[in-house]
Amino acid sequence: MASVRTRKHSLFGQKQSKLLMDLLVYVVLSVVGIIFIMPFAWMVANSFKDIRGIYQYPPTFIPEVWRFDNYHEAWTLTHFDLGFLNSAIVAAAVVLGQLFTASLAGYAFARLRFPGRDKIFLLYISLMMVPFTVLLIPLYVQMRAFGWISTLQAVIVPFLFTPWGTFMMRQFMVTIPRELEDAARIDGCGFFRTYWLIILPLTKPALATLAIFTFVNTWNSFQWPLIVLGKPKVKTLPLLLASFQNQSGMRTPWHLIMAAATFVVIPVLIAFIVGQKYYVRGIVTSGIKGGG
Amino acid sequence: MEANLAHTASKQRHKRSALEDFKRAFTGLRRGETIAGYLFLAPNFIGFIIFMLFPICFAFYIMLTDWSLAKAPEFIGFKNFETLVNDRLFWKSLGNSFYYTFVAVPTGIFIAFWLALALNRKMRGIIFFRTVYFLPQITLTVAAATIWRWIYQPEIGMINHILELIGINGPKWIHDTKWAMPSVIIMSNWQGIGFAMLILLAGLQGIPEEYYEAASIDGASGWQRMRFVTLPMLTPALFFVIVTSLIGAFQSFDQFYVLTQGGPAHATTPLTLYIFQNAFSFFKMGYGAALAAVLFVIILIITLIQWQLAQRWVFGFDQDE
Repeated sequence: MASVRTRKHSLFGQKQSKLLMDLLVYVVLSVVGIIFIMPFAWMVANSFKDIRGIYQYPPTFIPEVWRFDNYHEAWTLTHFDLGFLNSAIVAAAVVLGQLFTASLAGYAFARLRFPGRDKIFLLYISLMMVPFTVLLIPLYVQMRAFGWISTLQAVIVPFLFTPWGTFMMRQFMVTIPRELEDAARIDGCGFFRTYWLIILPLTKPALATLAIFTFVNTWNSFQWPLIVLGKPKVKTLPLLLASFQNQSGMRTPWHLIMAAATFVVIPVLIAFIVGQKYYVRGIVTSGIKGGG
Repeated sequence: MEANLAHTASKQRHKRSALEDFKRAFTGLRRGETIAGYLFLAPNFIGFIIFMLFPICFAFYIMLTDWSLAKAPEFIGFKNFETLVNDRLFWKSLGNSFYYTFVAVPTGIFIAFWLALALNRKMRGIIFFRTVYFLPQITLTVAAATIWRWIYQPEIGMINHILELIGINGPKWIHDTKWAMPSVIIMSNWQGIGFAMLILLAGLQGIPEEYYEAASIDGASGWQRMRFVTLPMLTPALFFVIVTSLIGAFQSFDQFYVLTQGGPAHATTPLTLYIFQNAFSFFKMGYGAALAAVLFVIILIITLIQWQLAQRWVFGFDQDE
């Protein structure tokens, strides 16, 4: 009990130093936070300037002349309505497709016994590590052979199957207690009904994680669409945004480009803020516990 | 999972051969389960074979050909690899990939580590900061690179304007051969740090409070707690972040394509962009595939080295094996 006095003593000092430390950390976090936010703020602020405001010297942060027309102009100039539609179709198709194929296969890997199951699963895991760059060229040749160049199939169909998502589903489903399933089976449920009525509802958190991950990745995807989607009619938003700034002209219309960037970024920001919990969980579980 | 596999394997070993096993699976009580298993796997597995397994095998053939897509591929053996050894731009792009990776990854993880430590404190508003730091991560790289392209403009960009306010004459950033790569690295780290930060934060939160209490009772100072509790316990998360970041950095493409288009004077052309240019601008499919194979081997070797090194510094690495 001799330590009680010294402890009380140091507790007072500790409290003060903790407060000081907290303050310091807040200051650092805020400064870093401003650095992280600044480019976004700059993007939005400049999306409301006119061309003179963009090139004016010295530059101001808040527009001197507010020009809301930028959004309308950027939108029509580049056919962003079509781009939005293309991006939305692709993202929806890939998300739904992956949820379906990954959860079905995940269930088979996690629960059903059939010859070769574990060997196939090992094959999936090992091919998860192959970088996509290696697939670019053979897959492109394949798309040409299928006649899919400049069609949305080319950015949808190859991505309906996901080794990573299948792996995640399997890992999640293995942890579901067997009793529930057994009860359903005894009541006469077939395998598909068991999967559909019992397993899928219990897998919702993992499904949500896969859905938001796939949505963000597909929405942001650039390299593959750049290769296979040549015609303007099928271009997705990232492609339009990239080609928009490469249009030659006397002065780059940065105010329009910033307006375009703003409305391309907004859907993912909303998706992230809504589904942040699942997104973060996905990163953390697939990361730390990814080894299985 | 390993235990599961080993279990199945040993069961099979002392019962019956694989073929018998296969036959049995289709008769009797388990017939339904076997068929259901294959059916459930089918959509996934067929896609997997067509769009992954087959292209990977196909790539091995393409890299041994001279193929412009206009006419049939011509088999030329390992000639693409001979060309590659004497290709100055290949070495340049390889060097760029290494420059980018081995500067961006360590600096990014270093910053992410300190941010994670700060975010691990029990204070109000931490989640707000975490969200803010993570926002660039989910922003599409094309948009992020677009914004930064503008920020880096020498005359009208934000950075040089701020530098001017404090009396520094800023460089030409993406238009300067010396500064172009650092520009890409700064932008990439701004965008990518959220990922490393989140993993490290999860690792920090997984360290049991008791360890710190025990260390305190033993009279460990703040620094000692960091050195003997935090760092060792964080090594698995650090290992994961290092491996995935290295793999990711070698595959970076979007920011180079949008921010600098590989220029000026190839100063920021990484291997990925060089592969892209060869295959889809010059239509040298065979040469592109050969370059891609080199990239794959580099990623593989670096990953293997990491696994080897991990035994020396990652806490509990052998136990997990």
